[in-house]
Amino acid sequence: MIPRIYIPADSGALALGAEKVARAIEAELKERGVEAKIVRNGSRGAYFLEPMVEVATDKGRVAYGPVKPSDVKSLFDSGFLTGGHHKRWLGAPDKIPFFAKQTRLTFARCGINDPLSLDAYKSLGGLRGLQNAVAMAPADVVKQVTESGLRGRGGAGFPTGIKWKTVLDTAGAQKYIVCNADEGDSATFADRMIMEGDPFVLIEGMAIAGIATGATKGFVYIRSEYPHAVATMNKAVAIARKAGVLGVNVLGSPNAFDMEIRVGAGAYVCGEETSLLNSLEGKRGVVRAKPPLPAIQGLFGKPTVINNVISLASVPIIMDKGAAYYKDFGMGRSRGTIPIQIAGNVKQGGLFETAFGLTLGEIVDDIGGGTSTGRPVKAVQVGGPLGAYFPRALFDTPFDYEEFAKRDGLIGHAGITVFDDSADMMKQARFAMEFCAIESCGKCTPCRIGSTRGVEVLDKLAAGIEPEKNLALVSDLCNTMKFGSLCALGGFTPYPVMSSITHFPDDFKPAPARVAAE
Amino acid sequence: MPMQAASTEISSRTAAIIDEMKGLEGPLLPILHSIQEEFGHVPKDALPVIADGLNLSRAEVHGVVSFYHDFRAKPAGRHVLKLCQAEACQSMGSDAVAAKVKQLLGIDFHETTRDGSVTLEPVYCLGLCACSPSAMLDGEVIGRLDDEKIEEIVAEVRS
Repeated sequence: MIPRIYIPADSGALALGAEKVARAIEAELKERGVEAKIVRNGSRGAYFLEPMVEVATDKGRVAYGPVKPSDVKSLFDSGFLTGGHHKRWLGAPDKIPFFAKQTRLTFARCGINDPLSLDAYKSLGGLRGLQNAVAMAPADVVKQVTESGLRGRGGAGFPTGIKWKTVLDTAGAQKYIVCNADEGDSATFADRMIMEGDPFVLIEGMAIAGIATGATKGFVYIRSEYPHAVATMNKAVAIARKAGVLGVNVLGSPNAFDMEIRVGAGAYVCGEETSLLNSLEGKRGVVRAKPPLPAIQGLFGKPTVINNVISLASVPIIMDKGAAYYKDFGMGRSRGTIPIQIAGNVKQGGLFETAFGLTLGEIVDDIGGGTSTGRPVKAVQVGGPLGAYFPRALFDTPFDYEEFAKRDGLIGHAGITVFDDSADMMKQARFAMEFCAIESCGKCTPCRIGSTRGVEVLDKLAAGIEPEKNLALVSDLCNTMKFGSLCALGGFTPYPVMSSITHFPDDFKPAPARVAAE
Repeated sequence: MPMQAASTEISSRTAAIIDEMKGLEGPLLPILHSIQEEFGHVPKDALPVIADGLNLSRAEVHGVVSFYHDFRAKPAGRHVLKLCQAEACQSMGSDAVAAKVKQLLGIDFHETTRDGSVTLEPVYCLGLCACSPSAMLDGEVIGRLDDEKIEEIVAEVRS
């Protein structure tokens, strides 16, 4: 048997030098006259171990990481092609604690094989969900998804099945499935990992959504900052079309479904569903007022399912193993699993898929291993740029939609950014306003003007000008933005601002030294 | 009349792109991406051709082009360096990285060096948040930027 070497081609691994490692391994194979097949897989998501190279041996996979090009010679000397010991040796990947502690449903296949091998996808249970779906009545597919308790993983947490039912029940000559892959929130990379590491699961999920709602056309709107995901998805769609997974007869059934990949153009607000639809239509990415709901009048005014990548990619396993299987994971009204993305200043950063319910402290301290700088954790921002900053005092909050809401936070797309004690929370609050000002679509006043005024008021606060008055003004402004904005950009920018003020009041006290120095 | 010749050239190449793509549902963004790929920016002279081809007003086309950060009115430098400035990268010192790069290149964000070698831009998240601070150089991703990597990047774009 020719040895197989797996070297990730995921963006995160590439950013850490996976391409150089691949070239070094190729060169070494050539020099030693050894034959081996190099497979470029996705990433399993432990970025502190990337580039993580795996070798298939008689006793299963053996992982090594993080591998540097300079390690390659000694890896060969240690007999890594047969799993030999080396300082980078990690053993069987699923025994590595970071992976062993996870419950992988949506990401079950991500990073294991060549993402563009449909055979490999099928060998690990792929397409079983779609096969079941084509044999069912649309209403029964919708029922399964509803009963699974799956909620929108993009951030809003709206029940996916109910959205689908609305589209199914709305008459229309043409309906659409739109996948929101405009993953703009800092600390999030789950969508990117799926698209680069297991693209067929997303295609399968969209095809199921099409069959369930009577939609025959799908679009994946991917942000332009993800060129690798765009390339992989385009190739995967072509392969799926050729294999009859997409087309006029999905898996040989009478159902038609096809899809296109579209690329965004650098506007954060297009992650908001209605501005995404406008952007797909070729308009400015301006938010639409709701109602009408996109499920009734969405893309080109037609009934449209618009779901996040992870929501759609979670559907195949629900249709394969049943609603009860999926629902069995989780807590309260947050059912199933959630891919938590641990990011920022953290020792063990990466994607950790688990049932809902872990506490924030367990995620940051036990799984993340604390900060990478080794300094104490000061704040953790949960849910991207529109999420609240949590202090250590709130680390007992369980990862659950409702529990986070109770503490004036949100889990959003489940990205968490860890900050050490060098963070200046007034600066973070100002950034939240500044970011909102840069990215506001301009349609509603609280967001367009409020964010700019917010920056100005926080600057006054930083300069020590009438601190009490300006602090009250920021709170008042946040209240207006929260309740007066059309969408989550203006509506949620107050979360990082107010949580910083509430939990880190010392950072908002005037700095006399700074004023005196100026 | 070289000016006019250039303008005609832009018009005909733009028209060819529109012909190829106007059958798409919602063709404007894919067309603009193709035009930017073709010319390195979206030339002013292309706008009326697009408006005409898609039966839109010039104002509508201008509105769309100017809405999105990606579309450039002028060509960029030979290299484009994007530094992530979003929260995860902030937690790992992206401010200091940006300050150092700006100093080494002698330009600020949204500027191009005088020799036209590099354009520097901020970007809000590259999805490399567990490998912060990160950057993208001409579409290639770079994580865990440190002084050594920054100097390598600067040397590369200058060469």
